[in-house]
Amino acid sequence: MKLNPAYAVGLAALVALPFAIRAVFPGSEKYYLHIVIQMLLWAQIYTGWALMGRFGLTSLGHGAFTGIGAYVTVMLWNFAGLTPLIGIPVAIVVAVALALLIGYPSFLQRIRGHYFALLTLAMVEFVRLCIVGLRDFTGGSLGTQPARYGDGISFYAVQFEADRMIAYFVALAVWLAGILVWVRVDRSMDRFALEALGQDEEAAAAVGINVTREKLKITALSAAMCAFGGAIFAQYQMYIGPDTIAGFGVSLNIVFGAVAGGIGVMLGPTIGALFTQLLSEGLRMFFQGSVTLNAMFGSRVLSLDTLIYGVLLVLFIIHMPRGIVGTAMEYWRKHKRGS
Amino acid sequence: MLAVEGLVKMFGGFSAISNVSFRVGKGEILGLIGPNGSGKSTTFNCIAGLYVPTRGRISFEGHDITGKPANAICHAGIGRTFQIPRPFHKLTVLENVALAAWFGQNRTVNREQCWRQAAEALELVGLPTTPETTTEGMGAAALKKLELARALASQPKLLLADESLNGLDPSEMNQAADMLEMIRRERGITIVWVEHIMGVLMRVVDRVVVLDHGEVIYDGDPHGAQSNSAVIEVYLGREAAKREEARP
Repeated sequence: MKLNPAYAVGLAALVALPFAIRAVFPGSEKYYLHIVIQMLLWAQIYTGWALMGRFGLTSLGHGAFTGIGAYVTVMLWNFAGLTPLIGIPVAIVVAVALALLIGYPSFLQRIRGHYFALLTLAMVEFVRLCIVGLRDFTGGSLGTQPARYGDGISFYAVQFEADRMIAYFVALAVWLAGILVWVRVDRSMDRFALEALGQDEEAAAAVGINVTREKLKITALSAAMCAFGGAIFAQYQMYIGPDTIAGFGVSLNIVFGAVAGGIGVMLGPTIGALFTQLLSEGLRMFFQGSVTLNAMFGSRVLSLDTLIYGVLLVLFIIHMPRGIVGTAMEYWRKHKRGS
Repeated sequence: MLAVEGLVKMFGGFSAISNVSFRVGKGEILGLIGPNGSGKSTTFNCIAGLYVPTRGRISFEGHDITGKPANAICHAGIGRTFQIPRPFHKLTVLENVALAAWFGQNRTVNREQCWRQAAEALELVGLPTTPETTTEGMGAAALKKLELARALASQPKLLLADESLNGLDPSEMNQAADMLEMIRRERGITIVWVEHIMGVLMRVVDRVVVLDHGEVIYDGDPHGAQSNSAVIEVYLGREAAKREEARP
């Protein structure tokens, strides 16, 4: 595989980024690194979702997979003392099993489009209810924490939150792994098959494509990636709750983020994560910091950022259906052709 | 090579085909004809694996393929085209065909072979093999050629061609007919050609099977079909058939 020089430069910049942050913001290094780490972790999860989302397999249920990744890993650690080194693969297997359990009958019965989205919606709610129902173990809707191991930096316990520098490189590696999976899929013949069946399943079957199997393969891969992302996110946050990693809200954030960035291109979901994280963080800081607004609305102003965030996303999706990267690439292509 | 025996397909209470049997010999070009609604497309789709027949048996090279899914039928060695071309617009022309080479042979060839086979199939039908060519702006005739190339890329032994002449002008029709003949000559592929326009088809087929109301009303020589009263009746009406019979 040849590495495009632009990507090599980008990668080098990402490696240098935490040191630059340390140099420029010595006082608030932790905060800025935290933002970037979150971006990278969500970028990997968005990329995992877009892996299937780009072929018209719109799932509103990927919050279930991130949730399973996080919860199974932490439960095994807290209650069975099983290291996440084994716990994470187990969690991935569980998530893939659920994906196949939902995917197989629905693909076989040709459940598509809105109906498929609704089905996955039911799945994420089912997983959330399971988490809440098992509150003795999971802490219910309040969430719980993985038991801290030693000083909070451990390979054995996959805990790295205490050192943001390490956490950054873990996040970078996780994100990079996600991008490599994307590239692998993008260059495979399976991508052609998925593009084909996304448009016309009958015609795809007529050229020998096993439609159900191709869909299951990409669904399983997508679920595995999101479960992995969810698990690492939990290990980084050192907290798991239905709202942060397992619910419908998480599903929606994934979909919005990926779509805003652009789901048809490699870096689309990553730009989507960058954009949504910056937007929500920027709005939050703006509203919390605004003296005038606080004087006018009091503490109610704190929820205003979420509202505006939602409105902006809706506008974005309506006016840029190809996402930020997709639109930019289209513009660039036209521009190049024109000149 | 292909044997269809006592095929029945019901849609609810309506039987689209009620008893269809015919055989296709190796290397033959068989015309499967009949007026609109005679059941030829249903028969075609039963063979291609799009429909599961209600009763009856379809065997190909001695293997029972009745009710197998479309992808399995393709892997067995039966390629098909669609009446209305269904290209994959998100892929380039070459990718459309390479996809068929790869999956049509059930991933038994390597990538290089599959791209080469795709280019060969495109060359055979006379389409550009450049990787950048997209399906954008392709006319009806070119799309039908793409449809053929895609079917050929899966290296079928039997080609099911569905009403290949729809939407073409007379000279394009002749070209299409010549192309099917050429495909048999070059590749040794057996062809079942489903068509409702009799004219051009008669020139190249070895044998015709005529369907009407879901049943076979004629099976034999194409010239015989043109003078067969049952065939004339379904195409031109009873009066014409009577006139034909009265002719010395």
